Amino acid sequence: MGSFVGEVLPPDDVVVRALRAGDETMFAALLDTWSHGMLRVARSYVSTDHSAEEVVQDTWLAVIDGIDGFEGRSSVKTWVYRILVNTAKKRGLRESRILPWSAFEQDGQTLGGHGPPPGGRAEFTAAWPTPEGEALAAEARGLIAEALGRLPPRQRVVITLRDVEGCTSEEVCDILEISAANQRVLLHRARATVRGWLASYYDSVKQPD
Amino acid sequence: MKRFISEARAVNVVKRFTCDELVEHLTAYLDDALDTPARDAVRDHLSCCEGCGRYFDQYRATIRVLGDLPTRPLPTETRSRLLSTFRTRRADHLTDG
Repeated sequence: MGSFVGEVLPPDDVVVRALRAGDETMFAALLDTWSHGMLRVARSYVSTDHSAEEVVQDTWLAVIDGIDGFEGRSSVKTWVYRILVNTAKKRGLRESRILPWSAFEQDGQTLGGHGPPPGGRAEFTAAWPTPEGEALAAEARGLIAEALGRLPPRQRVVITLRDVEGCTSEEVCDILEISAANQRVLLHRARATVRGWLASYYDSVKQPD
Repeated sequence: MKRFISEARAVNVVKRFTCDELVEHLTAYLDDALDTPARDAVRDHLSCCEGCGRYFDQYRATIRVLGDLPTRPLPTETRSRLLSTFRTRRADHLTDG
């Protein structure tokens, strides 16, 4: 069986036609290309890895049943991720892990609140080890993957879509139905916080001079 | 092309960012979402402020780390179940249609 993994998926009209025709190779390609990102995004809304898996599974089932009705008003990816986000939100509400989405409207607007102001003063903007420190880099990646769960939910979803999954800002706005400005504020807050975590981490492993 | 600019606009054109303001503009800068004067102001500031230059490097390093996080695939059983569901349901759709 052929595979698209590691390759670029074909254009949307090809994907849609193949799925409608029951092309299992194409379905497998989408599954393998998007599922790990979908798991991460789902995990931003629900309380366990297992729940996130169920959300992703339910999303794919909805895609299988809904592909005939797909109208192409958005990209296939945006469509799939919207189903995912809606499914995950409902599930998250049921689990009562998260407050209603509207309760987080503020988390994109407030500034600061995460340690020292991120102003670029040389005295606390120390140089980081070079990426050649591979062991360090791997440990840092593991830490950051864990720590994303501590971000406010909306920031977590936005940074996951943008920086972890590599969506464009237009895609993120479409998926989450938020404005470009709001998206940027959420992303900026999240990145600044993660940068702070990395700075603390690199500081903690720094060899004394 | 030479254009007349009003005084208010001229003030905006020569506006310079403080370090705190600069940091707030980095995401917009990286997204190429700033207007030309603001983009130039960011560039000017970054080129002459060592602290902000380093912060900007760290900011981009942070984005690189985020793009390279360990991934967890869909469990094999879930994947096989979905593939077989696809097979049977799509077959149903095709015969129904």
